[in-house]
Amino acid sequence: MDDIPPYPPIDPTTFDLIVIGTGLPESIIAAASSTASKSVLHLDPYPFYGSHFSSLPLADLPSFLSSHSTSPSPPRSPSSDDPNEFSLLEFATRPLYSSIDISTFSPNLLDQHSRKFNLDVAGPRVFFCADKSIELLLRTGTNQYMEFKSVDATFVGDNKGNLWSVPDSRAAIFKDKSLGLVEKNKLMRFFKLVQGHLAGEQDIKISEEDLQSPFVDFLNKMGLPPKIKSFILYAIAMADYDQEDTGVCRDLLKTKDGIDQLALYNASIGRFQNASGAFLYPIYGQGELSQAFCRRAAVKGCLYVLRMPVTALLVDKDTGCYKGVRLASGQDIFSQKLILDPTFKVTLPSGSSPPLPLKEKLPFFSLKDDKGKIARGICITKTSLKPDISNFLVVYPPRSLFPEQVTSIRLLQIASNLAVCLPGMFVLYISALCNDDDQGKKLIHAVMNTLLTVPLDSESNAAVQSETAENGSAVQDETSESSSGGPSDSGEEKPTLLWSALYSQELTLGQVDFICSTPMPDGKLNYNDLIDTTFKIFQEIYPGEEFFPETSLENPEGDGDASPET
Amino acid sequence: MHGRPRKAPKPEDEAASSAKAQKLRALQTQFFSFHHNKIYTKEAVELSAKLLEINPESYTAWNYRKLAVEHYLNLPDCNPDSIKSVLDDELRVVENALRQNFKSYGAWHHRKWVLSKGHSSIDNELRLLDKFQKADSRNFHAWNYRRFVAESMKRSEQDELKYTEDMIYANFSNYSAWHNRSVLLSALFDKKAEGFLLKEKVLPEEYEFIHQAIFTDPDDQSGWFYHLWLLDQTVTTDSPLLASSWPGHGSDVLLVGDRCYNGSAFSPFSALHSDSGSFPIVLYFNQPVRGVNSSTVTVECGFNKNEDLLWKPLSASNSQTARVWVAHLKVSSSDLHSTVEVSVGHTKGIISTRGFEYSHPSMLSFKVHVQPMERDSSQVSVAESISLREENFKVYGKQSEESIIDSFDQLIIKNGHETTASNWRFEALAKEIECFRELLSLVDCKIGKLTLARLLKAYDAMSYPFANKLVHSEEVLELYSDLMKLDRTHYQFYKDERSIVLLQKYKDSVSSAICGPICLRLNNLSLSRMGAFEKLLWVQMLDLSHNELQSIEGLEAMQLLSCLSLRNNKLRSLTALEPLRKLKLLRILDISYNQIGDHSIDTTRYVCSSPLSHSVGSELNRDETVTSDVALINNWEAFYIFKDFNLNQLDIVGNTIADEKFKSVLVKIMPKLKQLDGKLLD
Repeated sequence: MDDIPPYPPIDPTTFDLIVIGTGLPESIIAAASSTASKSVLHLDPYPFYGSHFSSLPLADLPSFLSSHSTSPSPPRSPSSDDPNEFSLLEFATRPLYSSIDISTFSPNLLDQHSRKFNLDVAGPRVFFCADKSIELLLRTGTNQYMEFKSVDATFVGDNKGNLWSVPDSRAAIFKDKSLGLVEKNKLMRFFKLVQGHLAGEQDIKISEEDLQSPFVDFLNKMGLPPKIKSFILYAIAMADYDQEDTGVCRDLLKTKDGIDQLALYNASIGRFQNASGAFLYPIYGQGELSQAFCRRAAVKGCLYVLRMPVTALLVDKDTGCYKGVRLASGQDIFSQKLILDPTFKVTLPSGSSPPLPLKEKLPFFSLKDDKGKIARGICITKTSLKPDISNFLVVYPPRSLFPEQVTSIRLLQIASNLAVCLPGMFVLYISALCNDDDQGKKLIHAVMNTLLTVPLDSESNAAVQSETAENGSAVQDETSESSSGGPSDSGEEKPTLLWSALYSQELTLGQVDFICSTPMPDGKLNYNDLIDTTFKIFQEIYPGEEFFPETSLENPEGDGDASPET
Repeated sequence: MHGRPRKAPKPEDEAASSAKAQKLRALQTQFFSFHHNKIYTKEAVELSAKLLEINPESYTAWNYRKLAVEHYLNLPDCNPDSIKSVLDDELRVVENALRQNFKSYGAWHHRKWVLSKGHSSIDNELRLLDKFQKADSRNFHAWNYRRFVAESMKRSEQDELKYTEDMIYANFSNYSAWHNRSVLLSALFDKKAEGFLLKEKVLPEEYEFIHQAIFTDPDDQSGWFYHLWLLDQTVTTDSPLLASSWPGHGSDVLLVGDRCYNGSAFSPFSALHSDSGSFPIVLYFNQPVRGVNSSTVTVECGFNKNEDLLWKPLSASNSQTARVWVAHLKVSSSDLHSTVEVSVGHTKGIISTRGFEYSHPSMLSFKVHVQPMERDSSQVSVAESISLREENFKVYGKQSEESIIDSFDQLIIKNGHETTASNWRFEALAKEIECFRELLSLVDCKIGKLTLARLLKAYDAMSYPFANKLVHSEEVLELYSDLMKLDRTHYQFYKDERSIVLLQKYKDSVSSAICGPICLRLNNLSLSRMGAFEKLLWVQMLDLSHNELQSIEGLEAMQLLSCLSLRNNKLRSLTALEPLRKLKLLRILDISYNQIGDHSIDTTRYVCSSPLSHSVGSELNRDETVTSDVALINNWEAFYIFKDFNLNQLDIVGNTIADEKFKSVLVKIMPKLKQLDGKLLD
């Protein structure tokens, strides 16, 4: 970013819409607006697509994270010396990542091959084969820019390092070795009830009263044993918070929503012939998704300029209305509408009314509490957590690792066959919702200590690498010592950690007002909520326009393409 | 593939299919002309391939291709290469046809035929099968062909067993895979292959396996079928056993010359009227056997070895296999007291239908006493009409009731040598019973109830000779009553099963029902089927009136029956009386107030091969003098059933069929009949 390339001036200088940042919501909006025949300029200060949704080479990830972790620079006062009829409104950046903690235990190996890695900044994340993102990809023909493989299984983990397969289908229940006969019967009957309900069968309808009650109460009413309840709530319905502790639970799942989640999961299994599980993962990482929508936008005439930071907003001197942006190259570009990625914070000129948070303006906004954070971890190992299977999801339900664990922790292992790492290596993405950085670290470490061997002679490395988070390494040392005391109960050799990155991410919501800004990656496993939000932002800026009208289908036979390669 | 509703054809589909039909007709005409003229040129053979690709069901085309192949193989310039190319061509045509319809019988058969020529590589076949079995894992054609291929390749049963396991894990709702598993296991048991030597080691694992399927989805029927097979494997002993006999071991038989039993010191159970001085010996096996003859079963009576004794199978079908065998032993009138020794199976040759040898030789001995004739028996019969009215069932003295109950089981043969060997069977059944009680506590499941009833019955039957009590009969009866309410479609089946249980537990209620020494009263019990014959071989007078019997199958075992009432039942046809033809001592029969003639179509005709099978027909034709009578031809069923009867008394009133005309026919068929519907005949 320091050396701004000598770009030729952008021509034309006026657009319908300027989008800053190439994260997923921005990219979808750019593609949707271009499809609606709007002229769009899409800018990104970085040389790659995806912003906070990107997949980065190993060496680039720490610098990207730390560039977004500095405390906000105090906004300079609007420069009044501008000769035009505009006043300049400088951007302030928002710190989005904190407690960044990078540890390298095998520097040579990893540094030399940094570019062989495509690490997701917003992991763990997958596509459900039948979710909204897949529908959107198919509907818009964007799937032609991506290839997928199946995530083969889901497991539930415990504090002893065991991974229990989740009996998520009839065949899986039959095969499962850990469930008793009675449990199998109860679980299958529950699935049948849900299926019957969804199929609208008359005699097996779940009552409206039950649908409005908490899902966990309904599961209790069905007489499901705790183990199965936990499978359904956290590994199939993917609930975030402890559903049985209303004191800490911030997203008590209603039966209706739980059933919808089960329906999504059920529809996902077997949707594509060569995907054995419910989930897909894109080859080259999740960053491909944003890039694919950018391509889709470019085909429709959207203009792309990467490595182009924006320095200030241009605001009408009299009305205070948005007019355009000033680029780092010094050029001023004008547009009717502006979409900003969540990095930017706009300080309004004194006297104008403060922007309403998106949540209040759009009450249907479904993003989670913006006060919370999400702790993320990326680990690289040389051995799979489970032999014979390389791509899978693990869920640690609340209280499964330690009593104070109030949120689910999810872990996604992706192998080199998805072109995210060196051959023979595995990338583990871990995430959990948390209130603050310390709580988040504790959650991620709990999983790492259960599953991985963390080399002890790493202090120096860790200290060198963790530039920004001073107390992060202290936490790391503390926990790794405690884990070295007890040998793993599973008896098998735990994979050794080669490299890890731990960080906390803000759950910033978007806002729709004077300026629209897009949300950060949420704490969910898929993109459903983000796509809903993106759709609403699009509707807000272009209320009359259709969001990817059916007729825009360029590739009507593209249906099969979304199925993963074998 | 399965469970998808059929859609109504769209107009364009219909147009396409009529175009296809047109094309097919043209091809077919040309094909037939080639076929009839025996033209096997390249073009002609290719035409048949084209035809089969469109319509794999054309059997004629397959046969034509077989002829063409034979034609080529018999050419003088035929060499291994050309043979291979001809046969490879056939395989290709079959594969294309199967792609069109992979359930084509003709195509699969043709492939087998080509393979059996022995010139083609069999290894390809498994690959092809994998493809077809992936497309439709339940396709029984493919499974059938797989067995053929596995056998030709000499692929081990263990490997195939593993394959079925994989298929079942992929989707356990697969009748074909479960069935193949039972076939493979049977083969491994028969071979006594390593690891399959002891059923008690293998079966518990299989039970465990099937429980996973049944508990996961009790509504899926495929698993239940396999469970039924396992149950059979658990219950059925390999070698057949003698279950009971008449006369019983250690009993005394009194042969009296007339019907008036005058109270002798002998056990009332074994007094038998005999005009001819002969009496039947009945052997009742636990499963159908063949090979019962004078060398496998020897009957010694004093010094008489009775080597010419003729053993006859008693079965509904005229096969040489039956559970019950009878021989008529004639006692010489000079010996008033003699001891008879029957030894069964000391010489090999009695073999069950499943091919197992009778391997537990047993010996029965009993004494026969002959009471000389005092009165002219014919006089008695004419003078008194014997009926099953209340007064004829004299209440037997209270004091002797106990002894009656005890002697009720005297015919049962206790096979002590089976006890230790059967321990694992008991354990397996007990475990299953527990398991299904648990299932039923979770779900209300018809087939679960039926299975539990079967398990309890099997458990009781196995423990009966030792425990002397059917501990679970009340529970079983309740289960069947429940099922009769729950599942109206199969009401009759449950009722039949229930009737048999009721009869099995008869011993417990015997004190009120048994009234005379050789008479048994089983009326008003809502029986829909008879059973427990092995315990009833001694009965000479049987009252089954006021039940709901539709069939009396198995009654042929009761060789001593001389008097039978089936009054007020639901017999629907004359052919239902077939078992009675084998009862040579039957003199008095009451079939009044049934439904014979109500139903113009006698469905048993089609269901059972027995009454009208070809063997029966030929028997009928021999008697030409009788069949020339027009009335008899029109009533040939009556003729066939009644002509062998030696009845003195018949009651048939209250049946639609029994009009005056029919009665006159009956009199003609049975000249010895003395009384019809209570009226004396001249």
